Amino acid sequence: MSGPGADGWVEACAVDDIETEDVIEVQCAGRTFAVYRSPQDTFHATDPLCTHERASLADGLVQGDIIECPKHNGRFNYKTGEATRPPARENLCIYPARVEGGRVFICVG
Amino acid sequence: MATTEKTDYSLIGPNAQRAAEQGLVAAEWYHPEVARKRMKELMRRSDGPAARDTALWLALLVVSGVGGGLFWGTWLTVPFFIVYGVLYGSATDSRWHESGHGTAFKTSWVNDVLYQVASFMNIKEPTFWRWSHARHHTDTIIVGRDREIAAMRPPDAAKLLINVVGLRDAWDTAISVARHAAGRLTEEEKTFIPEGERFRVYREARAWVAIYALVVAAAIVLHSFLPLMYVGLPSLYGRWLATLFGLSQHAGLAENVLDHRLNARTIRMNPVLRFLYWNMNYHVEHHMFPMVPYHALPALHAEVAAELPTPYPSLWAAYREIVPTLLRQMREPGYYVRRELPPTAQPFRPEMHNAVFEA
Repeated sequence: MSGPGADGWVEACAVDDIETEDVIEVQCAGRTFAVYRSPQDTFHATDPLCTHERASLADGLVQGDIIECPKHNGRFNYKTGEATRPPARENLCIYPARVEGGRVFICVG
Repeated sequence: MATTEKTDYSLIGPNAQRAAEQGLVAAEWYHPEVARKRMKELMRRSDGPAARDTALWLALLVVSGVGGGLFWGTWLTVPFFIVYGVLYGSATDSRWHESGHGTAFKTSWVNDVLYQVASFMNIKEPTFWRWSHARHHTDTIIVGRDREIAAMRPPDAAKLLINVVGLRDAWDTAISVARHAAGRLTEEEKTFIPEGERFRVYREARAWVAIYALVVAAAIVLHSFLPLMYVGLPSLYGRWLATLFGLSQHAGLAENVLDHRLNARTIRMNPVLRFLYWNMNYHVEHHMFPMVPYHALPALHAEVAAELPTPYPSLWAAYREIVPTLLRQMREPGYYVRRELPPTAQPFRPEMHNAVFEA
């Protein structure tokens, strides 16, 4: 993937790379992100690691608007970044995402 | 190594520092590869199995409790309270555990209600143990990090034996509840309970004191032990099975490894025990994938069995290993059971794996 444009948007993946109600990890703009496809077919992006003990959220479980960490079952709302269940207490950083021409773009800067 | 030294398990002692220096803290652990699609199926949540099992558990509690009350004062009360005690003092341990992981029910608030109720019956303070158990999963059987090591080396036979009826757990919890109700934590507790969560620990401890005070008051007013037979005492007289289950999970196995195949047991059990234990006999699998609900653990086991040591055929078989091991560790604390991987499995971090077998 190339670096971000002047407006900070960068191509992350194809729409079809992510199943509905799922998450994948992507590398773009020299960084790693978790990209989500919601049950409503909207796309969202967050930092890739749980704020509790840095487990990869891409190995976790998406249920509705919630991503559950695979290590201790801490939960976040991936649309708002809010930590909703201990041991996750610190909110997750989120990034705007949009779809164009079957590709998912996220704003990283 | 076959040492005779007593190990320091303190979370604020030199072994806590040593674990960090050896890269054992919040480290990467071995887990078998399972295709994402299959893992999503296994992780899928459902209210159905836990609703069925909880309804059955509650119904059995009511039936055995009513029977015990009806026959109170006669010998016929004994079998009813044996059943009631196991359901109250032992089966709640796995209910506490599974709802603490948030995997019992799909519906979050039901998990939370079950967690509070089961924590009380299981005499495990809810917030305190939530954080303790998170640490147990991060640093499983890492000396100086994991406070849930049931059989420390050398094993203390007296403590292990009195805990068959929960006396050690009850005493520790009574002291801890009193301390927390007074708004205090130990230095060790501060290492795993975040500051923002401590008010919950204090609040829950005060609620427990109030509940137990009411039950004792009821016993005094009624001039009867019967209220205590329903609330409080079953955490002791019904504890034995939870103790047997709990000790079988890790006792006598390797410490300070990053591979649950070497420090946990999977044990085959009959359907009655698996109902009471909510499938935690698949303990290696649970540690590798704590997101998988209890009702999917048999399927997870089938998925990863080729990578795991042979399961113990029964609880009896596990204890035929555990008891002699603990007895030997009393005079030789460095001794532990080396779990052999099947030929189909690969060791994780060979240098660490080999060290387990060469020690």
